[in-house]
Amino acid sequence: MIYLDHNATSPLDRRVYEKMIPYLTDIYSNPSSIYRFAQGARSAVEDARLYLAQLLNADTKEIIFTSSGTEADNLAIKGIACQLREKGKHIITSKIEHHAILHTCEFLEKYGFEVTYLDVDEYGLVNLDQLKKSLRKDTTLVSIMLANNEIGTIQPIKDIATICHENGSLLHTDAVQAVGKMPIDVKELGIDALSLSGHKFYGPKGVGALYLKKGIKIIPLLHGGGHESGRRSSTENVAGIVGLGEAARLAKLEMKANEAKIRPLRDKLEREIIAKVPEVKVNGHPEKRLYNTLNICLKYIEGEGILINLDFEDICANSGSACTSGSLDPSHVLLALGLPHEIAHGSLRLSLGKDNTPEQIDKVIEVLPKIAERLRSMSPFWQNK
Amino acid sequence: MADIYTDKVYDYFRNPRNMGELKDPDAIGKVGNTKCGDVMWVYIKVKDDVITDCTFKTFGCVAAIATSSILTELVKGKKLDDALKVSNKEVAGALGGLPQIKMHCSLLAEEGLRSAVEDYRSKAPKTA
Ligand code: FES
Repeated sequence: MIYLDHNATSPLDRRVYEKMIPYLTDIYSNPSSIYRFAQGARSAVEDARLYLAQLLNADTKEIIFTSSGTEADNLAIKGIACQLREKGKHIITSKIEHHAILHTCEFLEKYGFEVTYLDVDEYGLVNLDQLKKSLRKDTTLVSIMLANNEIGTIQPIKDIATICHENGSLLHTDAVQAVGKMPIDVKELGIDALSLSGHKFYGPKGVGALYLKKGIKIIPLLHGGGHESGRRSSTENVAGIVGLGEAARLAKLEMKANEAKIRPLRDKLEREIIAKVPEVKVNGHPEKRLYNTLNICLKYIEGEGILINLDFEDICANSGSACTSGSLDPSHVLLALGLPHEIAHGSLRLSLGKDNTPEQIDKVIEVLPKIAERLRSMSPFWQNK
Repeated sequence: MADIYTDKVYDYFRNPRNMGELKDPDAIGKVGNTKCGDVMWVYIKVKDDVITDCTFKTFGCVAAIATSSILTELVKGKKLDDALKVSNKEVAGALGGLPQIKMHCSLLAEEGLRSAVEDYRSKAPKTA
């Protein structure tokens, strides 16, 4: 099998798995308990917190473990917006955010908040002038993703933070796709809150975290025993947290090497597909883009057919096509780039990981042109070409 | 392997019967699915009110391609009026069913054929 869907999820690193096992078996204690047996679990959670803090250049007190990136997004948006509701009820975000952000904002709109959805340019970059103009006195929170899951475009988050802070607004960033792939220094970038997810960088599923800058108060989503300094009650998912911590530790050590391995493979894939398949459009920013992500539109054909054909070749990929998602509209991200409906339909996302080999990439380069040709031969739009 | 569709759907998607343009067709039906933007063209040849040949071209999802293809088989050899009776449910049924969310895709096939027959009748002089 050739797995090229790392932006959906990544395999669990064996080393992470090994670290987790004791906490699924022998070390089952509740970290909150008083006896000595609980100490192992407690210190494992705190070690993980330290590794994660080190990955982001944050303090350990600024890390809140959650069950997922989605929960971290919900906690940040609802938690901050509700905390600051007296000050203002205006939020700014972008049109290409993950649904965990967009649907949370839509939810808040039903409860009296106002949300501005910023446009992006053809590469997926947020318009900074529009951001400046949209900021208001009552804008408490801005949420702009660091790197986009579909097209990989990386936002100028430091500039965005500066603009927000000049207005006295907080900046949250959904960094689910960026954490573990690229260096992130929350202090340097001026980020107030940041969401991440374990399974996107070789950690386990079911665990994520929110970085929340010291001094920022938040209303919790989950009330209960007061875990995570009262910000997220629930008995800790110890094994998951240990896995997330180990994944963070490894990411810090190996990020550079991973990039050096993955980027040339992605670049080759891009080059060769463009050379071998006519009428292909690459989506996302040419340079400011995650080094593992390739999103292309194969004109005149539709994404689901491409995916199923790749699946027949044992290649796992993804698409922003409507037909694959259960909704009938193509990806909101591709539409926000200004792509027409029928072109957005033919999108294909290949997202690489550290275990992909040059041979695997060659295989994709070999089969994809044939698939495109076959599907195009069926397409009424392709005739007379 | 993906299991969203029946084996028959995958079979018709991978090895579509009657795919491509028909030489000198008597009529062409062109329809688009307003729900998702997918498009199907149906080519027919008619003799003595009977569809003697039928092919298709489709821009659409796996279900759209499979239903287009099996439609051509279902209507070939049928009288025009009988061919018009082939419903999208029948088309989907012939493939062993479609997932609920994909039922609308089979409408393309039904409408494609209707449009082809309309095209034919609009040009063919009515023979009494
Ligand atoms: S025909 Fe468009 S989703 Fe199937």
